[in-house]
Amino acid sequence: MNSAISRRDFLQKGAVLSGGLVLAISIPGCGRKSGSKPGGALVRSDFSAWLQIGSDESIRFYCDKSEMGQGVYTALPMLLAEELGVAVDRIKVEFAPAGAPFVNTFLGTQITGGSTSVREGWPKLRLAGAQAREMLIAAACAEWGIATTGCLTEDGQVVSPRGQRLSFGALAEAAGKLPVPKVVPLRKSQDFRVIGKPHARLDTPLKVDGSAQFGIDVRLDGMLYGALAQSPVLGGKATSFDATRAKAMPGVKDVILTSTGVLVLADSWWRARRARDTLSIEWDGGANKGLDTAKMWQGLRAAAAGAGQEARNDGDALKALADGARSGAKVLRADYELPLLAHATLEPQNCTASVTADGCDLYVPTQIQQVAQATAASAAGLKPEQVRVHTTFLGGGFGRRLEVDFIPAAVEASKAVGKPVKILWTREDDMTHDAYRPPAFDQVAAALGKDGKPTAWHIHLTSPSITARMFPGVVEKAVDPFAIEAAANYPYDVPNVRVSYQRHEIGINVGYWRSVSHALNCFVAESFMDELAFAAGADPVAYRLSLLARQPRFAAVLKTATEEAHYATPAKGHRFGVALMEGYGTYMAQVAEVSMAGGKLKVHHVHCALDCGQVINPRIVESQVEGALLFGLTAALWGQIDLKEGRVQQTNFDRYRLLRMPEIPKISTYILDSSADPGGIGEPATALIAPAICNGIFALTQKRIRSLPLATHGFA
Amino acid sequence: MYILNVNGKTLEVEVEADTPLLWVLRDTLGMTGTKYGCGMALCGACTVHLDGEPIRSCVTPVSALTTGQKVTTIEGLSADRSHPVQKAWIELDVPQCGYCQSGQIMSAVALLAKTPKPTDADIDAAMAGNLCRCGTYQRIRAAIHRAAEIKGS
Repeated sequence: MNSAISRRDFLQKGAVLSGGLVLAISIPGCGRKSGSKPGGALVRSDFSAWLQIGSDESIRFYCDKSEMGQGVYTALPMLLAEELGVAVDRIKVEFAPAGAPFVNTFLGTQITGGSTSVREGWPKLRLAGAQAREMLIAAACAEWGIATTGCLTEDGQVVSPRGQRLSFGALAEAAGKLPVPKVVPLRKSQDFRVIGKPHARLDTPLKVDGSAQFGIDVRLDGMLYGALAQSPVLGGKATSFDATRAKAMPGVKDVILTSTGVLVLADSWWRARRARDTLSIEWDGGANKGLDTAKMWQGLRAAAAGAGQEARNDGDALKALADGARSGAKVLRADYELPLLAHATLEPQNCTASVTADGCDLYVPTQIQQVAQATAASAAGLKPEQVRVHTTFLGGGFGRRLEVDFIPAAVEASKAVGKPVKILWTREDDMTHDAYRPPAFDQVAAALGKDGKPTAWHIHLTSPSITARMFPGVVEKAVDPFAIEAAANYPYDVPNVRVSYQRHEIGINVGYWRSVSHALNCFVAESFMDELAFAAGADPVAYRLSLLARQPRFAAVLKTATEEAHYATPAKGHRFGVALMEGYGTYMAQVAEVSMAGGKLKVHHVHCALDCGQVINPRIVESQVEGALLFGLTAALWGQIDLKEGRVQQTNFDRYRLLRMPEIPKISTYILDSSADPGGIGEPATALIAPAICNGIFALTQKRIRSLPLATHGFA
Repeated sequence: MYILNVNGKTLEVEVEADTPLLWVLRDTLGMTGTKYGCGMALCGACTVHLDGEPIRSCVTPVSALTTGQKVTTIEGLSADRSHPVQKAWIELDVPQCGYCQSGQIMSAVALLAKTPKPTDADIDAAMAGNLCRCGTYQRIRAAIHRAAEIKGS
């Protein structure tokens, strides 16, 4: 599909190197792993454009994932460096263009999301590094006239058993002419020199002196700055506008109607924004003009009466629940509700486009390059391969930049005025025009046996589907896999388990938000687990462990977190709440130490134990746990988006409150040794903190929290 | 026209009186290290120094600056990332996405100038105006302590 352009782009880059090694690598089997492909043919990475070694000793890695804080700019080169035999710092990282070689084999298009980057790169980047290594060794041995046996690479050199050395740069030209070996040995874990060891992030230096280039920082010759007026009612359209005042203001160059709103173009952003606020616009609010939060909840609760789609069915949970009720066993039922949330990336949405006769250059902080490319192409009337996507650093992603709603206006405007255009949304634009985390109305029920253990567990999830809009092909025949996480993989030993999902759309776009449905469903499943434990008269940790005999990885993280927290001996007035989850192949337990002061919750310390399989860089793992956990804590305490007449009521950080430094708990992370394949780490810690602290609140107050945020209960 | 002193250089800018210093720095002068986050002094991403004091440049109109006042931005902190705060940030790998970090660093530098050995409480008080959506706070706090050590040694 797009391989031609990226190959050409790649070869053009390669041409600047004198006689550089260019790897063309086929990876058998990688394509077969892509289970859920959003449409299109089977995707295979049939050409590697990741690695270039130049005769000038340069080593370039074209990073196929977006760096949004999660550390791919460092962790992925570490995988290459391990096999190649070179210091990680020697690798220069550039962001890859859009193109088929960079398709995420887990997700079927070029995506940074789903905590897949390391998991997906684990086989293919090590293979690419190993193939390059073997080619360099072969070239060196040809030069020396010896067999390759016993040769190795270290510090960017091939070393023979007799101690001869040749640098990668000296070998690049000869190695580039050799066939790419199909089968190469990968380094054994006991021999790892890079993987599993802490390594400084390669992007840190750029982020302490202001030099890292985010989308907002793009500056092109002759560029105009755009401020966009979007419909205050989500989904509405401008029907007419009067720009007389705006056009008379200093620096204003043009005012145009785009597909996503009325755009003021000026010679600086401030001038554009000032003029935008003088526009007089008639809006057609469209279908959402009567939408408000109360109506949204009515719709969700009513829809929950539907049977939904079955996502898991072990035994017969419905019968077991009915039998339990008839026989007088304890049957518990509870409804849980979770609100709409904004992503609130600190860098507001923005896009810079330069449309010329021969194509479009798109400078954009995006998590989804090929969709960005197709969107720009459509807006410009070009073919996708005529759009060159330049991914910048992302000032936060969290799923927001899987959307492409900030792209068309920039492209349309650049085409209209014949100049590069950078559009920047204000914070208010960003907060009020997000694709929000879906709300959920979830019903959960369980029957307990005489021993207090559950005999049946049924969760019925009702929420809108993100995937139905983003990748409709995925949900044609299957339950939306991103609606049932942390429910379908319910780990506890219960004979009858049913998970059902009722899709219900609410009229506005919902989007993937860090940890996606894990954050919804883990809250319900793990809060309710505590309800069961208390109904059984058992300690919540002992109760969980009694149901995890066949789940050693779950049990291990729970034991570690509770031991480290000294769970049995809380400080005076303090209590612990726990939560447990597997997500993205990572097993995690969080134990939150909480107390109450003046009716407000205080979270003192969160102990997080995890088994994420083979760790690449423990330093990044710890950072991601801390960051993801605070992302979830912020939401649990205050996160809520409200709608009134189709308009979002929260507009800035005064009404959409985020954690500040004095408010954070201490976070301790314990990484369990594991030789399993790597799990994802960018997201899971987000999902556990809400149930952990709410279980702590119950231990303190005997009040069960079944909806968030805690601010609505007066606890935050 | 306004005459500004930014990072030791005297610069003339032709902008309206209500233009926030942030946009003069970013768009007029091309110094993009200082970030826009909220436009209401709620997030601190735009923090720069005015005569050594941290200010939110997104709500500081250029006309509010008086002649001779010195503006310092992240670009003016050091030529080679050698400021103790930058060194500490690198040593502890503080940033994640990095977007807020110019503002965090400028707030931290201002704190250490007044309070060379800050306590956790001092740090929390001085840094409460700087949001980090990635949640790097724990590392920022540790890095400020580390910067104090580097500075003191």
